[in-house]
Amino acid sequence: MNSVSVIKTITKRELSGYFASPVAYVFIVIFLLLAGFFTFMAGGFFERNEASLMSFFLWHPWLYLFLVPAVGMRLWSEERRLGTMELLLTMPITPWQAIVGKFLASWLFLALALALTFPVWLTVSYLGSPDHGVVFTSYLGSLLLAGAYLAISCMTSAMTRNQVVSFILSVVVALFLILAGWPPVTKLLDQISENPRLVETVAAFSVMTHFEGFQKGSLDLRDIVFFAAIIGFSLFTTSIIIRSHRAG
Amino acid sequence: MIKVQNLTKAFGTKLAVNGVSFSVERGEVLGFLGPNGAGKSTSMRMITGFIPPTSGSVTVGGHDIVENPIPAKRLMGYLPENAPSYQDMTVQGFLAFTAELRGLEGDARKRAVNRVVEMCFLEGVLHQSIETLSKGYRHRTCFAQSIIHDPDVLILDEPTDGLDPNQKYEIRTLIRRMGEKKAIIFSTHILEEVESVCSRAIIIDRGQVVANGTPAELKLRSDLAGAITLKVVGVSAQEIKDKAAPIHGVRKTLVIKDDPAGSTVRIYPNSKAESPALAQALGQLAQREKWAVQELHMEEGRLDEVFRTITLPETGQEGRK
Ligand SMILES: Nc1ncnc2c1ncn2[C@@H]1O[C@H](COP(=O)(O)OP(=O)(O)OP(=O)(O)O)[C@@H](O)[C@H]1O
Ligand SMILES: [Mg+2]
Repeated sequence: MNSVSVIKTITKRELSGYFASPVAYVFIVIFLLLAGFFTFMAGGFFERNEASLMSFFLWHPWLYLFLVPAVGMRLWSEERRLGTMELLLTMPITPWQAIVGKFLASWLFLALALALTFPVWLTVSYLGSPDHGVVFTSYLGSLLLAGAYLAISCMTSAMTRNQVVSFILSVVVALFLILAGWPPVTKLLDQISENPRLVETVAAFSVMTHFEGFQKGSLDLRDIVFFAAIIGFSLFTTSIIIRSHRAG
Repeated sequence: MIKVQNLTKAFGTKLAVNGVSFSVERGEVLGFLGPNGAGKSTSMRMITGFIPPTSGSVTVGGHDIVENPIPAKRLMGYLPENAPSYQDMTVQGFLAFTAELRGLEGDARKRAVNRVVEMCFLEGVLHQSIETLSKGYRHRTCFAQSIIHDPDVLILDEPTDGLDPNQKYEIRTLIRRMGEKKAIIFSTHILEEVESVCSRAIIIDRGQVVANGTPAELKLRSDLAGAITLKVVGVSAQEIKDKAAPIHGVRKTLVIKDDPAGSTVRIYPNSKAESPALAQALGQLAQREKWAVQELHMEEGRLDEVFRTITLPETGQEGRK
């Protein structure tokens, strides 16, 4: 059996696992409600008086901060708690295939939740004429952002059999990645430090910095590589954690 | 089919498995015995490739489990301890998923699922989600998963744990039947199971193999093996004992039951080799005394006794550090 079909099998199972319980529907509803709240209430959608989704996407790093770990926290901790990891990893598959398959399933799930925000796009299109290119790159950026957070959750969930611990760990890591480039923090750093390079270097690690480009409609390869690198690194670390856990 | 050489696993400074070697060929059912914490599950986890050994090697069908895990795992079916499964899936969904991971597609998959459902008596719960099943049914579902691809090698960690007596019987029969064509290792705490199913048994204690042989051979190691049990009606046990004690080669005599309706005495020979001669001598004694003998037989020995003497710290002599 080739890699692709193994990954597909695992992804399919994991994804159907989401929809077997009401958790998936509850999650989607909460996600949509919060997205709406941030956009129209906190984001000042109407006050802006412009046909853009800026106020919608602006809040995604914060929205994902709690929602993505909620989706990712059970990925491996549940396998460890129930002992199904022993079953899965004694099948004729590589740990890598299992890691990628499970990650893809939850990413697809998040993509679905994100896709369900399309009425916002429709509303803006109805009210005015937004730049659809910008909307598209913003969605792409948002998806990559969700993927990066998710990969981090995947990693923290491999560390423990306790979902709550896994959730908290990944929120902490994700929060760090936000704060490093959050304007209030960068301003503060600017004041403390004489060296402007320091602020730049710290901000280069932030998802805020790299998400910004997408929101302006530019597709910078460096931004894409940044998110891809976080995903790659976190999944690689996941495989190491799983291996060391098995080695005892 | 399975070759285990010098298998060792250390958790920190603790040796859970320490230099275990054995091999299992096709047509053999190997029973894995040992007290709690002896290292049975840990050995099985290494054999199935779930955890890497600290040292030593395992080959399955000629493939090293560390160097070449995928082909080795393809040959194996595995029932882990406590029979884990995905709680949110239905029995059918779970079996189809494992069949798919084993590379079974389309019709072959359907046939495989139907076959194991029938073998493990799961028809009634096919569409029930696993979390709502009783323990025995969960166990059978995971067992079904292990044989879904009709593997050449089966590793079963306590396959009859939690099953009712009928199911235990069915699963034992199944294991015995499959054992004719496969290489099977299974662990258990039920010693009768070993006698009824295994062609060979290994006892491990504190990570080391302390006995390895057919159930009959192991039983011979028990103190009871070779003793003659004699039951006579209308004679007191003391009289039997007194008359039997002077016979040549008798080590000790033991009263089992003193009852006019049938007194039972057990007579132990000096060595197991002298046992047939002792039986003859006892027969002649009974004839001379004109005893109404109801029973005269040679004991085979008991596995539980062997198990106890080998693995109890006070009395065991082997495998001590
Ligand atoms: N992951 C682990 N980390 C540390 N110690 C472990 C680990 N897994 C097993 N052990 C230890 O290794 C020893 C052997 O455990 P194992 O589960 O193999 O025993 P067992 O023979 O299967 O016992 P049982 O009959 O109770 O199932 C035990 O002392 C156990 O505490
Ligand atoms: Mg065990």
